[in-house]
Amino acid sequence: MTPILSVQDLEKRYGARIGCTGVSFDLWPGEVMGIVGESGSGKSTLLGCLAGGLTPDKGQVIFDMADLGPQDVLKLSEPRRRMLARTDWAFVHQNPRDGLRMGVSAGGNVGERLMSVGARHYGNIRETATDWLDRVEIAHDRIDDRPRDFSGGMQQRLQIARNLVTGPRLAFMDEPTGGLDVSVQARLLDLIRGLVHDMGLSAIVVTHDLAVVRLLADRLMVMRQGRVVEQGLTDQVLDDPQDAYTQLLVSSVLQV
Amino acid sequence: MYVAVKGGEQAIDNAHAWMAERRRGDTDVAELTTDQIREQLALAVNRVMAEGSLYDPDLAALAIKQSRGDLIEAIFLIRAYRTTLPRFGASEPLDTAAMACDRRISATFKDAPGGQILGPTFDYTHRLLDFKLAAEGGAPRAETADSDPVPVPHISSILGTEGVLQPEPRTDTTPRDLTREPLSFPADRAVRLQSLTRGDEGFLLGLGYSTQRGHARNHAFVGELRIGMVPVEMEIPELGFAIEIGEIEATECETVNQFKGSKTEPPQFTRGYGLVFGQSERKSIAMALVDRALRWEELGEENVGAAAQDAEFVLSHSDNIQATGFVEHIKLPHYVDFQAELELIRRLRREAEAAQAPAPDAPAERTKEQEPAE
Amino acid sequence: MSGYNFAYLDEDTKRMIRRAILKALAVPGYQVPFASREMPMPYGWGTGGVQVSAAVLVPEDTMKVIDQGADDTTNAVSIRAFFQKTADVAVTEATGKATLIQTRHRIPEEPLTKDQILVYQVPIPEPLRFLEPRETETRKMHALAEYGLMHVKLYEDIARHGEIATSYAYPVEAAGRYVMDPSPIPKFDNPKLHSAAIQLFGAGREQRIYALPPYTPVVSLDFEDHPFEARKAEGACGLCGAEDSYLDEVILDDRGGRMFVCSDTDYCRTRREAEEAA
Repeated sequence: MTPILSVQDLEKRYGARIGCTGVSFDLWPGEVMGIVGESGSGKSTLLGCLAGGLTPDKGQVIFDMADLGPQDVLKLSEPRRRMLARTDWAFVHQNPRDGLRMGVSAGGNVGERLMSVGARHYGNIRETATDWLDRVEIAHDRIDDRPRDFSGGMQQRLQIARNLVTGPRLAFMDEPTGGLDVSVQARLLDLIRGLVHDMGLSAIVVTHDLAVVRLLADRLMVMRQGRVVEQGLTDQVLDDPQDAYTQLLVSSVLQV
Repeated sequence: MYVAVKGGEQAIDNAHAWMAERRRGDTDVAELTTDQIREQLALAVNRVMAEGSLYDPDLAALAIKQSRGDLIEAIFLIRAYRTTLPRFGASEPLDTAAMACDRRISATFKDAPGGQILGPTFDYTHRLLDFKLAAEGGAPRAETADSDPVPVPHISSILGTEGVLQPEPRTDTTPRDLTREPLSFPADRAVRLQSLTRGDEGFLLGLGYSTQRGHARNHAFVGELRIGMVPVEMEIPELGFAIEIGEIEATECETVNQFKGSKTEPPQFTRGYGLVFGQSERKSIAMALVDRALRWEELGEENVGAAAQDAEFVLSHSDNIQATGFVEHIKLPHYVDFQAELELIRRLRREAEAAQAPAPDAPAERTKEQEPAE
Repeated sequence: MSGYNFAYLDEDTKRMIRRAILKALAVPGYQVPFASREMPMPYGWGTGGVQVSAAVLVPEDTMKVIDQGADDTTNAVSIRAFFQKTADVAVTEATGKATLIQTRHRIPEEPLTKDQILVYQVPIPEPLRFLEPRETETRKMHALAEYGLMHVKLYEDIARHGEIATSYAYPVEAAGRYVMDPSPIPKFDNPKLHSAAIQLFGAGREQRIYALPPYTPVVSLDFEDHPFEARKAEGACGLCGAEDSYLDEVILDDRGGRMFVCSDTDYCRTRREAEEAA
């Protein structure tokens, strides 16, 4: 089997400061990988390098493309990369404002990706949008309302629908439950877990919240000061952490 | 029977004749001469030259007369005339250090080589209407003294030797010419400065003011403001060297701005720059403030989303000839578009009314259910 | 007029504009930046069209200028007078007799021929401008043909109004590639964009020229189940009885009296003259 994403020796520097360095891993189809670490650990930099927002200084990010097979996405032309970003990839931002068009209706938000890849039948677009609102538990009669009238949890679910509507194969999620109430978080996590499972989606989830990875991730990578300090199966890492920093991280959560 | 309106041509001729009569005003009052405008409304002439991008006081005076004192209209006349002039070449960069200063002040040092020269300024006048001017102005004379032939170096060159002022890299590459190439983004500083120096004084004044009120505040002091005549030199290909072809009056302002330093730069002062034709003090200071605000990116400063930091916003809207044309064009006929909108609105209203009329077994008006609080 | 070059602009400037026009014809619908000059009429009043006309005008041309479809609207009169003064070319009101037609907001009703050039005055050339205000971003969207946002706008219209509520400046796709603003013509005129004539679009203030070579396929953007419809006021012209021409509404009194007349004054007059002769 070919990994859907294979990262080799990735490095990003900000002048003399290290953003992330020496990062290598394979992500297998259908697998969810969690990346945890405190703020400044390099996890967001790493996500930026993977999803194309940042240009790494060194290394390869090889994605198994539907038509061309494994390709280094850093070497793809910009049109191809942008096409990838709206077809095979999904990116869920921590703040839904960054991932939604706040002035466009919920239906339009979900429909945009369809239209950007050529959908030209209003009725079908609307039907698909309705279906997706259903799947993320947003009532049908909110389809023509704008996200600014939605609660934070609804906005986040809408962002997920907007991203998943084109049936991507790989999702990047940046603190998807950050900034939400605990009860809302639980509901959202449940929803994400269901969707990932139903769609056979591969995903990379960046978070500082160990509860999130415990629930979502098959595998875990712990980062500190730009480096991966430990990785392995989620339960294994959380229940029997080897690295001193991971031990601290896990114990600090348990104390709460 | 309706007959379609005709006679646009006659209407235009009549309007222009009327406007010409209004321009002259009461014929019992002596006609204004362009000499009078050039000599006695010199600051208006300066503004028309600066924003018209053409240094010619006589033409500017004529434009002001023709436009009945509407300065943007006068600037427009100058710009349109300028289009028709052949271009022989470009001058050497002005050496403003060699300026014969009528005015030169610094807010950063009490005294400096060359001294502080107040010059002909409104500063410190009490703004009291002088009713004597209404009767007769007379011919006031000011005392003169022999000019002191000492050089007047830029304050920035003095600060620069100490290293506390960020040096501006000298370059011999020919800058892009905004009057010969379309404006495109990102615009480098040379292009930004060209655009600002032709920009509308009021627009830049407002933007500069906004930086002082906290919208991209950059803590500016007027390091130096100087006004005076500068020689213009041009290299003549047949000669192979530069000769002086004339001199122009210009106002130059360099602001010295606080800069806390960045990851790569130690703390030091930075500068904003304004250079404008004629005595155009307000404009040059405002220009320097806006120039400095636009430099946020190269200086690694935060973009706080202020209007004065947004080069595309500032440069696309600073030209008053573009602005006045487009703002005023909405008075041109738009019958066709309006008719299309009218048809649309009427139809949508008809459809909305039809939908509201109670149908035999229509469901009650849809109520929007709020999702339960999360 | 003495002291000025033929058609006002100097030959260097005309060459620069012609290069932009040729590039525009080679890439239909693509907005070519050009160093627009200050003209003796205000920006927003046809400076782009005037510069394009000046660059393609030759002494043998016969010129027609219309605004809102009419030859005698004030701005059309003013622009026609400008070219009579600076180029001394023949002028006409008859669409069929003109070799160069400059227009604002309309395409003549009479089909144009391969011997004619139609020059449009364009206020805002960027069809994506009101969706994305940034030039740097819209240029990238065009370069990558990322037009999803344009359809989102149309989608929102239908969701809100039940139809695409754009009545003029209705966006089109030129030659299967660039999305283009046809200038603020009513959408009734969009089908006429597929034409035997050369169509040139000049935006002076925005410094852009774009073009449609003869017979370029032009598609008005729509959805399969909400197809584009060319609309106009219902009914016939109150003067010539035409039912196929775009109609202007004229208010006759303050008691709601009104009538509809052809916006294309030459078309209307020609029909009335033919009727009188018959």
